[in-house]
Amino acid sequence: MIETASPPATVASRPPASPAPRAALARWRDLSLVPVIFVLGVIGFIVSPAFLTQDNLIGVIQQSTELGLLVLGEALILISGRMDLSLESTIGLAPVVALWLVMPAHGARFAGLGLLPAWTAVPLCLAVGAAIGATNGFLILKLRVNGFIATLGMLTMLRGLQVGISEGQSIGDVPASFAYLGKAAWLGVPAAVWICLALFAAGGGVLGYLRHGRALYAIGGNPEAARAAGIRVDRLTWIVLAAGGVLAAFAGILYTGHYGAVSASQGNGWIFQVFAAAVIGGISLKGGRGTLFGALTGVLTLQLVINVMTLGGVPPLWTQFLNGMIIIIALVISRFTSGEKQD
Amino acid sequence: MPPAATAPTGVPPAAAEAVRAEGIVRRYGPTLALDGARLTVRAGEAHALVGRNGAGKSTLVSVLTGMQRPDAGEVTFGGAPAPRWGDTAAWQRTAACVHQKSMTVPDLTVAENLYLGRLPGRRAIRWRALRERARALLAEYGVDVDPAARIRELGVEQRQFVEIARALSFGARLIILDEPTARLDAGGIDRLFGKLRALRAQGVAFLFISHHLQEVYELCDTVTVFRDARHVLTAPVADLAEDALVEAMTGERQAAVARRRAPAARATGEPVLRTERLALAGHFAPLDLTVRAGEVVGLAGATGSGNTAIGETLVGLRAPDNGRITVRGRVVRGGSVPHALGAGIGYVPEDRHREGLIAGRSVAENATLTVTDQLGPFGTVLPARTREFARRMITALDIKATGPGQPVSGLSGGNQQKVVIARALAREPAVLVAVRPTNGVDVKSKDALLGVVRAAADGGSCALIVSDELDDLRICDRVLAVFHGRVTAAFPAGWGDHELVAAMEGARGSEETPHGSEETPHGTRQAAGTAGTAGTEGTEGTEGTEGTEGTTP
Repeated sequence: MIETASPPATVASRPPASPAPRAALARWRDLSLVPVIFVLGVIGFIVSPAFLTQDNLIGVIQQSTELGLLVLGEALILISGRMDLSLESTIGLAPVVALWLVMPAHGARFAGLGLLPAWTAVPLCLAVGAAIGATNGFLILKLRVNGFIATLGMLTMLRGLQVGISEGQSIGDVPASFAYLGKAAWLGVPAAVWICLALFAAGGGVLGYLRHGRALYAIGGNPEAARAAGIRVDRLTWIVLAAGGVLAAFAGILYTGHYGAVSASQGNGWIFQVFAAAVIGGISLKGGRGTLFGALTGVLTLQLVINVMTLGGVPPLWTQFLNGMIIIIALVISRFTSGEKQD
Repeated sequence: MPPAATAPTGVPPAAAEAVRAEGIVRRYGPTLALDGARLTVRAGEAHALVGRNGAGKSTLVSVLTGMQRPDAGEVTFGGAPAPRWGDTAAWQRTAACVHQKSMTVPDLTVAENLYLGRLPGRRAIRWRALRERARALLAEYGVDVDPAARIRELGVEQRQFVEIARALSFGARLIILDEPTARLDAGGIDRLFGKLRALRAQGVAFLFISHHLQEVYELCDTVTVFRDARHVLTAPVADLAEDALVEAMTGERQAAVARRRAPAARATGEPVLRTERLALAGHFAPLDLTVRAGEVVGLAGATGSGNTAIGETLVGLRAPDNGRITVRGRVVRGGSVPHALGAGIGYVPEDRHREGLIAGRSVAENATLTVTDQLGPFGTVLPARTREFARRMITALDIKATGPGQPVSGLSGGNQQKVVIARALAREPAVLVAVRPTNGVDVKSKDALLGVVRAAADGGSCALIVSDELDDLRICDRVLAVFHGRVTAAFPAGWGDHELVAAMEGARGSEETPHGSEETPHGTRQAAGTAGTAGTEGTEGTEGTEGTEGTTP
């Protein structure tokens, strides 16, 4: 019988005095991937002496930033009980549209429209991300179409739009303002790392300490109850979807700066890793549960695994197989270290 | 079954026994869910199993249906030992349970649901033959449902009939009904009871689990009470007064009299809530309503009568077509929950699982969902203040929880409902709108919850109780009966059960009781109800005037 799953009698008679162990346990759950990261570090050290060098570790972390921002956006959306697959196309399309609007029509290999001054590239890119997120919101919240298929359609459509605009080629020679954040280093560490950490901290603060952030858990956990409690469910969900688009566009800026060009396949196939990192990090696909710290450890775990594999000299033809297998192993491990069912 | 179970008892089993369970022990970790529990149901008997939430009723049901294996004890069906543990088919042939939650597949047809997992034939399904068999099966038990209809298209009542027919078709002679009336309206309950009586005549035994003692009196011959995982008493219903039954369930000399206490004659104050020509097409006709400070008003009505829609319109979940709502003279924007909340309308939704609680989150979070703007500056929600607020609520409403951080899904039904009410009261609303506030909670929690509503009104607010449960409405200063979207009658405190039920059912007309031809179950139902309360009702007047205002728990 489902109803009696909660133990009777004793629960009611237990004195309401011991919240401490439970709170401690809940905090510990957040840290369930930390030992995994530590073990990966040890393995990396054994596999290759190059692993524990500053260059390598900073490289790993910088590569985590772009994926990390996508995971941050997706985590917010998942906690609100929705999903957005199109983020992986936004990371490519938003920079392309921005560059297309600002780059000169003649002179460079890629012919833009040259409509706007070069400094507007960054704000334009973020605005495109917001617009994509808002479009997803319109489809899901106003037209009430299925979110999975709608964003899957957007994924394909936006990828096609990017290929169409960029004529299937990489765009190099991006404006200096656009490339700055992905290239610069502050205090010896790439600026992207600081920014990413700051955004995760800000996101964590919003979810933990702001009323609208707390409301996301309520919306994801039980939208009907949230509505009955006076939370503006649709408005907040819409904002979260737009924020996810902005974060993906920002990831696109960092990625473009990092590699100096926008490739036609930028972000292609990332969404799988985004979801894997989020779920490994303890975000529920059903909504209403998970923390951004958990999501961040999920990202680091995935990136470390890939790095260790590269250093270990895994033959390139096998990396795809191992990649998938390791994600599944990581899922299983995190499911048991956190002690919670992932649903 | 454990070894002890297979040992013959030596005593020749009474042929008339449908089921006998002896000395059942079942543990969940450190918790003893059943401690030497016993139960005997005779063939053709309607046997009630009552007890507070957590008394072990549901665990016993899972033992009797083979879903849980007891740690000790034996179960026999009609004298024969229970089927082997895990032999699902054999268990289905002996006992079946109609759960509170529907166990049908909504998008399959009735016929498919009836034969789910045992579709006849070896290869392709022969649809016509299947439908014919289903039709015959349904006809056998007098269930008037089209076998080709999808379950989704049926009402709650018909779904239950289908489930009962399915259970019987396995050959089970013991049907366990777990709160079957929780989601039915009065007419549906009567038809269900009529059906059950007819089936009993065929020798089917029923084990009936309900929080509605009135129904126990109406339908059952024998009642068994469980308390704290143990068997407390088994007695013929006729020999057991309702007070004694409640006492057995709660284990204290419960003031059943106090429970039925009519509210004191209160000097009512200023009008707080006022509706003017408030209307929503298809749900309720223009409504003028004034509720004064200190007053608790009941909106009585069966499911679909429109009383729930009135409640939902007041709290902003539905936008009215017409008319306006004012709270303390201020107009409330219709159709917006945040505005209604801001104007001081608190809401206790009908179904705490669907609209009330966020199951995975903590008590503190659930209780403070409406007051997040008051828990810190600049839109912040400070965890310390949240916990503090929740602790105050836990103390004020006597919520049994390990602390503010406990997930709300771990609480018992009554305490979950208290959390929902705590949230509604958190903003100190001027108007509290509570829809079936005691839905699915046990007798003692019911009193506590209604006491909370009463106390809120006594504190200078007013309350509106939207319900079809007479016990909920008993604390009201006046009750308005809603039928087909119109207020058809108003009763001051001290109304008789009979007249209110009649008004809720549309009274006078005979249209509302299609199955009423068979000695009108209503009659018996109300007779039982009034018989139980007649004594106390007479003394209401004197008790009420003693002015218990301040002492309401």
